[in-house]
Amino acid sequence: MNKKSNIVQQKNQPLGFDLKKIRNDFPILHQIINGKPLVYLDNAATSQKPKNVLDAIEKYYREYNSNIHRGVHTLSENATKAYELARLKVKNFINAQSNKEVIFVRGATEAINLVAQSFGRNSLNENDEIIITELEHHANIVPWQLLSEQTGATLKFIPINDNGELIIEEYKKLLSKNTKIVAVGHISNALGTINPIKTIINMAHEYEAKVLIDGAQATSHISVDVQKLDCDFYAFSGHKIFGPTGVGILYGKEVLLEKMPPYQGGGDMIKMVTMMETQYNDLPYKFEAGTPNISGAIGLGAAIDYVNEIGLENISQYENELLNYANQLASEITGLKFIGTAKQKTSILSFTLKGIHPHDIGTILNNEGIAIRTGHHCAMPVMEHFKIPATSRASFAFYNTHEEIDVLIKAIDKCKKVFN
Amino acid sequence: MFDIKDLYQEIIVDHNRNPRNFRVIADADKTMEGFNPLCGDRLKLYLKIDGGNISDIAFDGTGCAISVASASLMTDAMKGKSIDEAETLFNNFHCLITTENEIDTDHLGKLAVLAGVKNFPARVKCASLCWHTLHSALIGDKNPVTTE
Repeated sequence: MNKKSNIVQQKNQPLGFDLKKIRNDFPILHQIINGKPLVYLDNAATSQKPKNVLDAIEKYYREYNSNIHRGVHTLSENATKAYELARLKVKNFINAQSNKEVIFVRGATEAINLVAQSFGRNSLNENDEIIITELEHHANIVPWQLLSEQTGATLKFIPINDNGELIIEEYKKLLSKNTKIVAVGHISNALGTINPIKTIINMAHEYEAKVLIDGAQATSHISVDVQKLDCDFYAFSGHKIFGPTGVGILYGKEVLLEKMPPYQGGGDMIKMVTMMETQYNDLPYKFEAGTPNISGAIGLGAAIDYVNEIGLENISQYENELLNYANQLASEITGLKFIGTAKQKTSILSFTLKGIHPHDIGTILNNEGIAIRTGHHCAMPVMEHFKIPATSRASFAFYNTHEEIDVLIKAIDKCKKVFN
Repeated sequence: MFDIKDLYQEIIVDHNRNPRNFRVIADADKTMEGFNPLCGDRLKLYLKIDGGNISDIAFDGTGCAISVASASLMTDAMKGKSIDEAETLFNNFHCLITTENEIDTDHLGKLAVLAGVKNFPARVKCASLCWHTLHSALIGDKNPVTTE
């Protein structure tokens, strides 16, 4: 047996991080777009899927596709086992206390809507206040606006400074006995800012407010321990963490979920139905009406396996290096302005280029095979703060390379040439 | 694969840098707003109508090079046109940026430089925003135009 490790440490990579192997795990990365090798830098919009995720989904449909929690037949038993195993993987991944606290939903958006409607609508009135932030994605704004219309509760915003960081002193002023819900993104999708959520949660709890964390941008970059955080709810999406679209997670403390009424009615969420009344099922099934996204849950479980194998510490270390490298090169481009310069941030490079609109940058980069996101990133209040209509956003994942950043920088230079 | 210069022709780059008719007409007979919610492009169109003809036309707002150049070229082309002629030009321009087939561009003048847009489908909305806004203004729509 060969005792030598076949993992070779490459330049600027954490020990045990085999970039070549990792890139081979993602079939989609190896293609030509507009005559150039694809450089995928739109990971904050959605991440690519490794082979083990694709295989898990295909295996389910080829070998044991069946409905869960119902049939006595073997396929159904196998599908139920795989679905519940995925729940266990999620539970361990975020360190929830029990499987009952892990609810499969369509994505972070549905998770937030579920909490707003099931928890918020039944406990808020016109004297109450909801606090969110200027940094939020629309998915963590609009559900609370709806709730505030329905209940008369007031919606308040924690402002940001010009680095794109929440101003905690202002948050302190907003908190009061009337605060019932605080809903904050873990990481800003538009800027990459990592918010001090532990502090935010502790401060809210002093006023007995409940806290929801929108973790859509977080789980693929940094480790999350819901018990240590002591958050009341935590929402995230499968597709941002290398799993499939259409599946996501709502974590909620059991004691809260127990008291909340079902969000939707249907099969699987009941114990017994008569013509007159229904006895609801136990957690977590009370919140999982109808046949769920079984293959999605299984795919998400596989994605978590993959992330665990690489290790979130390795991932964030390497991604930070990519960001530093990109920042360093980008800072040499005249006319380029960084949008979002928080001290604590993930691998998002959001910028504007003097005299060139982000959409034109997006088109020119696409012609070079580079995928980035341009626009308001579903965070229009953030754009308003910086008095800009849009930014260009390159967001890096652990399968990106230093060479790809070189290609990006060269293409940004090309944008300037086209317009000069 | 298309050369990026097919899209960003010199005339387009010039009209983006120095947009023509980029101003407010305070006593406009018609004003209309256009909005592309996907990308946030916004423009406002101002029209003076005299005896069924467009006697003056101007715009302001923010947008990408394609949308600004398109509005600049459109307003230049529209001056002095009758409302019927404007509608015909609207239809012809629409064909120019969406039809696969080669079309006769003689009567389109400088507007023909926007033909490259059809090879970049994501950008058709940028080029057509001001045109849809003009069309709505001329047919008397009350609601702002959106491209969604």
